[in-house]
Parts: sequence; C-alpha cells; structure tokens
Amino acid sequence: MQANGLDERTNLLVEEYSTSGRLDNITQVMSIHTQYLESFLRSQFYMLRMDGPLPLPYRHYIAIMAAARHQCSYLINMHVDEFLKTGGIAEWLNGLEYIPQRLKNLNEINKLLAHRPWLITKEHIQKLVKTGENNWSLPELVHAVVLLAHYHALASFVFGSGINPERDPDTSNGVRLIAVNNFCVCDLANDNNIENASLTSSNFGNVMVFLQIADSLSELEALMERMKRLQEDKEDEEASQEEMATRFEKEKKESLLVISGAFDDEIVSTDVSRYIEDPGFGYKDFARRGEDHLPTFRAQDYTWENHGFSLVNRLYSDIGHLLDEKFRMVYNLTYNTMATHEDVDTTMLRRALFNYVHCMYGIRYDDYDYGEVNQLLERSLKVYIKTVTCYPERTTKRMYDSYWRQFKHSEKVHVNLLLMEARMQAELLYALRAITRHLT
Amino acid sequence: MEKMARVTTALGGNTLSGRTMFCHLDAPANAISVCRDAAQVVVAGRNIFKIYSIEEEQFVEKLNLRVGRKPSLNFSCADVVWHQMDENLLATAATNGVVVTWNLGKPSRNKQDQLFTEHKRTVNKVCFHPTEVYMLLSGSQDGYMKCFDLRKKDSVSTFSGQSESVRDVQFSIRDYFTFAATFENGNVQLWDIRRPDRYERMFTAHNGPVFCCDWHLEDRGWLATGGRDKMVKVWDMNTTRAKEIYCVQTIASVARVKWRPECKHHIATCSMMVDHNIYVWDVRRPFIPSAMFEEHKDVTTGIVWRHLHDPYFLLSGSKDSTLYQHIFKDASQPIDRANPEGLCYSLYGDLAFAAKESLISSDSNRKPYIGDRRHPIFFKRKLDPTEQFEYISSSSALSVFETDVESGSMDWFVHTAKQYALAGRPLAELCDHNAKVAKGLDRNQVAQTWTMLRIIYSSLGNVSSANLNHSMGKGSAALPLMNSFNLKDIPSGLGSESRLDRSKGESRTENILMDSSSTLINNEDNEETEGSDVPADYLLGDVEADEDDLYMMDHENPHAEEQEYSLPQEAFPLRHEIVDNPSALDHLQDKADSPHVSGNEAETVSLTPVESFSLISISHSLYENRLPSDFFSPIVRDTLLFYAEQGDVQTAVSVLIVLGERIRKEIDEQTQEHWYTSYIDLLQRFQLWNISNEVIKLSTCRAINCLNQASTTLHVNCSNCKRPMSNRGWICDRCRQCASMCAVCHHVVKGLFVWCQGCSHGGHLQHIMKWLETSSHCPAGCGHLCEYT
Repeated sequence: MQANGLDERTNLLVEEYSTSGRLDNITQVMSIHTQYLESFLRSQFYMLRMDGPLPLPYRHYIAIMAAARHQCSYLINMHVDEFLKTGGIAEWLNGLEYIPQRLKNLNEINKLLAHRPWLITKEHIQKLVKTGENNWSLPELVHAVVLLAHYHALASFVFGSGINPERDPDTSNGVRLIAVNNFCVCDLANDNNIENASLTSSNFGNVMVFLQIADSLSELEALMERMKRLQEDKEDEEASQEEMATRFEKEKKESLLVISGAFDDEIVSTDVSRYIEDPGFGYKDFARRGEDHLPTFRAQDYTWENHGFSLVNRLYSDIGHLLDEKFRMVYNLTYNTMATHEDVDTTMLRRALFNYVHCMYGIRYDDYDYGEVNQLLERSLKVYIKTVTCYPERTTKRMYDSYWRQFKHSEKVHVNLLLMEARMQAELLYALRAITRHLT
Repeated sequence: MEKMARVTTALGGNTLSGRTMFCHLDAPANAISVCRDAAQVVVAGRNIFKIYSIEEEQFVEKLNLRVGRKPSLNFSCADVVWHQMDENLLATAATNGVVVTWNLGKPSRNKQDQLFTEHKRTVNKVCFHPTEVYMLLSGSQDGYMKCFDLRKKDSVSTFSGQSESVRDVQFSIRDYFTFAATFENGNVQLWDIRRPDRYERMFTAHNGPVFCCDWHLEDRGWLATGGRDKMVKVWDMNTTRAKEIYCVQTIASVARVKWRPECKHHIATCSMMVDHNIYVWDVRRPFIPSAMFEEHKDVTTGIVWRHLHDPYFLLSGSKDSTLYQHIFKDASQPIDRANPEGLCYSLYGDLAFAAKESLISSDSNRKPYIGDRRHPIFFKRKLDPTEQFEYISSSSALSVFETDVESGSMDWFVHTAKQYALAGRPLAELCDHNAKVAKGLDRNQVAQTWTMLRIIYSSLGNVSSANLNHSMGKGSAALPLMNSFNLKDIPSGLGSESRLDRSKGESRTENILMDSSSTLINNEDNEETEGSDVPADYLLGDVEADEDDLYMMDHENPHAEEQEYSLPQEAFPLRHEIVDNPSALDHLQDKADSPHVSGNEAETVSLTPVESFSLISISHSLYENRLPSDFFSPIVRDTLLFYAEQGDVQTAVSVLIVLGERIRKEIDEQTQEHWYTSYIDLLQRFQLWNISNEVIKLSTCRAINCLNQASTTLHVNCSNCKRPMSNRGWICDRCRQCASMCAVCHHVVKGLFVWCQGCSHGGHLQHIMKWLETSSHCPAGCGHLCEYT
C-alpha cells in the first residue's frame, strides 16, 4: 500500500466516522480496499438512509430479518440499535409474531433469496403485490429485495472475515449483548483494531503480511504457473462445445462434493430465531435437484447491465447506479499483485471466483470455460467459497487459513468482497427476473 | 387482425405489398435481419436460427439453420446480420464469443461456413461492410472489435477500445473506412478501419451503456445512439466535435434504433426492458411518438425496416417468440389520442384555456365574453410542406379569462392557513383558537364547526358554563349557512375555492357551480354569478335576515338586538346547537344510515324545543350518561366530507389533524390522502412552505408523511475548486481544503452554516448573527451589505 492509498483511507474513515458517529468493524476491514469501501458505503448509506420507498425503521427491520437467516448476530445487533433509533416500534423486536402482516409476508421471499434464489417465481411476486390490505408496491418491494440481498451477502462477508461484535460501550440501552458467535473464532478484525488504534498508523500494510511457510510457497508458484499456461494455451486448446457444456455441469456437480459432511443441526439462539421462520430451510445444491429439473439461468439472457439495472433503477431510482458502480468496482479491483509477486494480471482469477459463485447458484455464462475454475481454484478454496456464500454461519477460521496460505490478508479480504458481491448480484438477478416476468 | 389494410407501394420496379401479420417462433428471438430483396428475414436467438420468407398473407419457414443432434453454443446467437450485397451470406454473433458466417449457397444441410473464435467473451454485434463483400466487423464484451476478411481464416485487424465492453459497431455509409463503436461506459468511438492502433475520435454520448447506434441513411453525417439512460440522441458528426442535434427521451432503456427509410427525421426504437412497444419518432418532436406498434407481449429485441427504400414496412422479433410485420397504416398514432385542449386555473381563479384554433372559431354561435377579461392569444406553427408525415395541424388558440379582483381573492385562505393552530396545545384551546381565526375572517360556519368540535370532544368538566353558552351561540349559525348552500347561493370565498379544486379534477359539486356543458361557458356563467355576488357580506346578511325570520322564535332578545347594530355575523341568534346536527344530516347524509345516527337524530329532535340555557345541562347530561365521544363520529365525518365536497379542504384537513386519532378511523385512508395532497398542493401554490411542511409533518398518512423525506439533499460545491463536494460539507476531497470557513472566527463550520446569497460569505450561525447586530457589512470584508432576516 502506498502512502497515497493510506492517506485516502484515513480520509475516508474520518468521513465515515463523522457521518455515522462510529466506525464499525466491517468498515475497518473493508478499508483495506479504499476504493471499494467508498462505493460500498455510498450504496449502503443510500439504501438505509436516503430517499426511498420504505420508511426508515422498516429498512432496518428488513436488514435484521435478512441477517437472521444466517444467524449473523453481529448485523442483527447493529440494526436493532438503528431500528430503535429511527423510531421503530420496540415491540417488533420480540419476534415475527409482533410485526405487521405486511412485513411478515416478506418472510417467504427472504427465505428463498437467502438460500435458494432460483426458486423465486413470478407467483411469489404476484402474491406480494396483489392488491389488498397488506400489499407491497413494486418500488417498495424492490427496495426490500435490494436490502435483503445486501444483507444476506454482507452476512457472508462478516462470517468470512471473522468480524466480531464491537465492544460497544452503549449497548446497555435495552439491547442485550449477544454472545460471540461460536462458529467464528478468528479474530482478524480485532487484531486490526489493535494495530490500528490510531488510524494514521503507517505500518498498516505490513501487519497484513503473513509469515509464510516454505512449502506453501510452492502452491503459489504452481497457481501462477497454471494461470500463465491457461493464458498461453487459450488459443491452441479449443474445447468442443459439448465439452464446455459438460464442464459447467461438472463444476456444478462437483460443488456438491465440495462441502463437508454432516453438520450438526445448529441450535439457533432464540435471540436470532425469533426473526426467522422455517429455520431448517437452507441452501440446497442447485445441481442436486432430482426430478424437478430447473433450467440453468443463462447469464446472457438476463444480465445485470442490460436488464437488472434498468428494472431496479426504474423502480427505485439511483440505486441502480450505485450498485452498478459497486459491482464494477469489485470486479475490476486489482493491485496487480499476488502474494509476494507483483505485476500479475489477476483478471482470470477474479473472474473464476465470481463465476464460481454464480455457478453454485445455477447461473451460467456461455462465454466462460468452466475448466478454468478447476485449474485455478484449489479444493480448500472451493470449500471456503461454498461455505462463505451458501452457509456463511459455518465458516471457521481453519477454513479461512487453509487456502492460499501465502497470500496476504488484504487479498483474502478481496476474495471475500468478490464472493459477497457475486452473491448479491446472483440473488438480485433471480429476484429481478421474477419481477420482470411478473411485469410482462 | 381484421382491421389490417393491404398496402402496396411501388419501389422502382419492385413492389412491396402485405399486411400486418405475425408468426409464432419456437423460441424467443434475439435479433432479426432482412435479405436485400426484402423477401426473406432471418431470426436468431438462443434456441432459434431460421429463415422465413415474407409472403403476401403470412410468413413461411424456409430454412432451419440449427442442425445437428446437439446444437452447440455456436448456434446461440446474440446477433445476426444478412449481407446487403450478397444474399447467400449471413453472419451471427454467438453468446460464447464465436463469430460464425453462413453460406446459404452450400449444398449440404449445414450451411456453416467459417468460425472465428478470437473473442474471449460474448460477441454483442456483427456488421458487414455496406459495399465490400468480404469485410465483417464484430464487437465483443471483451472490449475488442475485430475486422475479418472472409477469405482469410483469422481476423485482419483488432481494435481495442481501451474501455469496457463494445455494445454495437456500425460501418458508416458515407465513409468507406469509418465505423462507429459504442461502449458500455457511455462512450462512442469513431475508427478508421486502416488504423487499428487508435480511434479517430471519441465522445461520451450517454450516461451508462450505449446499447445501439445507427448511421443516417441519407443525411450521412448523422449518427443516432440509444442508451440505458432512456435517451435517443442524434449526433452531427460533420463537425470536428460531435454535436448533439436532437434528443428524444423515451420511457425505458433503448435497445435498438433504426432510421426510417425515406424520412429524414424519423427513427424507430424499441426498448430493452418493461416497455414492449415499438415507437417511430420524429426527432424534431421528441415528446410524443409519431407512430407506435403495440403488438408484442414481451420486449422487442430486433427491429428492421423491410426494404431500404420503403418506409411503410417494419419487421420485428421479440422475446414473446413472435415475428411481426407491421404496416404503417395500422400503427397507432398517440397524437390522435392526445388531448388537444388544455385548461388551467391560476391561484386567483383566472382560467386559461387552449384549444385547436379550428375548434374555437367554428363555435361561432357562442358569443365571446365581452369586455377586457378575455385576452385571446394565438399561437401558430407553420406547416412544413416538405414533410409528408405531419398529420396534425398545429395551430392553437389560448384564451385567458380573469376573474375580478375582489371575488377571486384568496386572502382568507392564506390567512387561515397562517393562523390556524394545529397541534401543540390541548384540543379545546386549538378549537377555540381556530374558531376565533375563522370568525375573524367572516367564516362563521367554519367557526361554529370548530366550536362544536370542542364541545363534542373535549371533556366538558373543565369548560365553564358561560364559555359553553357562548360557543353555542356561535354554533347555532351553522344551520342558516348550510341552508344557504343548499339554495346554491354560495359565499364568494367558498365559490372560488371550489373552483380551484375543480381545476384539479376532484370536486364533484355539480349542484353549486356547474350545469356542465362546456367548461368555457360554464366559466363565463360562473364569472357572471360571481360578479353579481361580489358584495359577499351583503349576501350573508340576506341569509341571516331570512334565518332570523324563520327561526327566531325562541331565542332571547338581547342577543338578537345586539345583532342589529354590531357585527352582524357575530350576533347570530342563539339556538340549540343540536338542531343543526339533524338538519345537517338531512341533506348531507344520504348514505350513512347507521342506527347510531338516527338515534341521535331522534334524541336531538326531541330536545329542540328546550330553551338555550338549559342546553348546557343537556350537554352535560349527555356526557354524564357516558355517551362516548365517538357517538358523534359519524356526524363529524359528514361535516368533514361536506367541507371537502364544498372545496374547502383546508377545513377538512385542519380538523382531521386537530382531532387526530379521534376521527382518523372514521374516514378511509384514501380520502384522507386525497385531502392532504390537495391541501398541500394549494399551500405550495401559495408558497406557504412552512405551513405545508407542518401539515405534512402532522399528517398520519404514510404516503403523506414520507413526502418530507423526499429530496432532502443539498448539493454543495467547493469554494476553492468549484467542484461538487462528494459527501462532507466542510472538506473537499479534491483540493483537500476546508471549504466552509467561518468569516468571523476563521474556523471550519461543521454545524449550522449560514451564508449571504449576495456575496456568498458566511459562517457559524451564532457568529454571523452577532456580527450583523453591530455591523451591516460582510464580515469577510468584501464590502457587501449583507442582509440577515
């Protein structure tokens, strides 16, 4: 990190602090990637606090509902505070039975969006917007969907980066301290806090560098080698079309095996469970659907740039631009470094990560060779990706540590950002497609 | 499809004929292209690639180009183009990044000719050179454009846009070597095909992706572009800087643009999302499409004019899996449906009326209103004789009718709005205050309503009997006035008010003003009545007298006497306030026939003969008998409905706010919202911003409340570099200077910042206030005489 970047980062943090009066751990971790942080904060600020179809307390409550799907008590606590501050009715915090039917109706879509977005159909949308006492207007619904997707994805980031609740001095105002999540034992964020007690600490970058073990270096070399080969071989080796299609299927299937065996059914604390309905509903592999064969989502037929953007911006003005900028930012973000190497073109790696997440949600890019995923993403990384995007609450520090051991922390945070945004985009694409179908 | 007309046009030797028709495709289309001879069309999509011939009556499938057991992704087309020089030659852009050419002359079933697999990402567009047989251009998501020579196996040259994805490429029709490319980031680049190293020219055309572009067919320097920002722009490329000459704002992102043959200013567009129609615009008339095709049920993905020299036939393919031929004759023309008359009221009751001149002048039997109230102004637009597609004569007349000053005065409205107290005090005080305000403005009926409300809703225990008596005295006046309404003698104030509302199309008080034949006549009538009504007090006095004669049987004399020499309106005879209710009910309440109401009526009627003083005790007893205050809710509701109906939303809304929860449930949400919006609208038209804001704040409607949350942003530019400040008001990101210094203490202002709009110096609110107490000059020393109010 150059001095310039650090300076920028400080500025940004100072600004954030001056607007929101706090610097949460998410902001601190993200501030490793200043450019991204800026667009992240801008879009989050817009959807939570600026003009929009939904009243402010609603927005925070929806955030709570979304975070609860992944039992992310960190986000829940944060928004419980905000919810009360913006004048929300405290009674609602007792659980879903206490909220208006209108909000309750959002449960179904929240559940699907969080775990199996491909199941969302226009019928779900119709049910919500059908005129009646508790109906949602389309702009309101779009706002809600954006919030849901944002907070599902943010939960992934929180667990992926091991962000712990802040030690907030003023949690006493009626809100309980929630036990530190037991699945998440890594303390990355707080390490940083200590190092960064003073924001201007100039040795920030150094802290991030991990000491490396000698044998892991060879892993890195191998990865670099593979990237190089892929780039060179591109022209020569032309896979047949069938081959390409099967590669996608294979990748999809393989993602099944990636995940570890049985997890004990987690006991969801009541703090969280009162915000959710049907807690057993979780991610089910897209590929393992058996009879009810759902078609693959063809990315070219409903792209964010062409379709998603236009719809979302039409119904909830300006959010499209902010999200667009954010997606673009995260996709193009690079320092041209890989671990200790400099001047590396990481486009391929970034694209593989992004597309792999979409692949797990059944979104296929015609112009992508899914063989690359296999070449570039090692098994431990795949395990990590799948856990973070599909079951973020199960992420452990071991998973985080076990992939790309020689990479810097900042790079791993970058990976988390990519996963988060890819997930958000996937959810949005499914939801918006359903809305489009409802409209036509 | 019955209405379709057969159209035949002669084109040199060729004749095109046909009708509006369609055929079902098996799958959604992504693009279509037409053969040079206008007899065949190719449709391409993810799962379809077929050639149809265009017959008189129908489309006939000629050829299916998707062959093989397992069609590969090479057949999944994002775009297709048919060569305009060689009718056997086609090219497609595949979603997997392959460019394929097809030779229909091949004897085998598989017509695939060449395969170029050079692009790494989806190819968005392919384009043949208009005059060169072998030259093909492609633009891809990977940001590159490639030029292929069909005689070679590889691309001849590669152009790097150095920016994001290429959305469209089009060869210029005029310049052999030039092509235009549009990009996802909003840029348009012009390239010379011989110079792949660098673009010739680049400009930013749109905010967000530019989805399409099209060179003008004749006027060859023009390039039309369409973008996600819902705009179609026409650029004049003849000058050194591309100049935007026309701009059409559509309602959805623009997916395709195609200039209409033979019509210099016409352009067809279709959209990417939500909107399924195809529009043909005259770029000089950007507000209303000159023609519209509404057949498709899902987004239109491809449009193409059937023949290069025929402006009447348009082909289109859509995601709804249909292929259409549209005939211009069958197009719907929104202009026909547009309302050629316009009518608008000003705040003070003046009326402006605009209509087609022909309409007005033909109406000669109506005598124009004589006098200087009418100022007809005529606007005429010359018809362009060269333009054959101009359908409407565009000359119109605008007439303005002025009401005379006194009767149209809305002062009472402004005063009432300013003086009413809506919250912050106990209900009884609010009601009293508002009653006083209303009375002060000669609005007795309203004043009585307020008093009644106080009696109904505030607990009687703490109201002194004298007070009560007094208020009842006032309350009794409601009856005569109501009757006067029934008799259609309207006090001028209310009259003009209701007219104001009518301009918003909400009032249904036909019994008052409207015999409703033509608005124009009506208005004239209206004015005339108003003219005669001008001395409003006189009218009121009249009614009073009548009322006195009729009802003054049993009220005490001292009051009646008082009435004769002092303020007449104040001295309305004391009467049982309760009498009013049933009578109000009688004519107001046709629908509300709840037993509650009738019970009340019966009860009160039985009370009528009682002398006024004893009424106090009756009211007391009513209360003591624990008659709940919502006993009166239906009456209050009807009162509000009555006022709103009369056009006095001000009273309705004010009562609504003051009573709050007590009445809110009685009136349905939508009506409330309607009242609020009307009242807020009126307030804003009178520029009573503070009051309108207060009303918004106090309203309990969700939809109204959030009005206050809209557009609350204030944009600030840095005082040093004049660039917009991104998110903090006091430090500029770019020049890293604190932008807002206090002129007095020279510190950064982080809280309330006040500045002079004359010299733009300012500082801490407190400091500036203090400074200007002692000095009238700007604290910055600029010499400006700042004003602070």
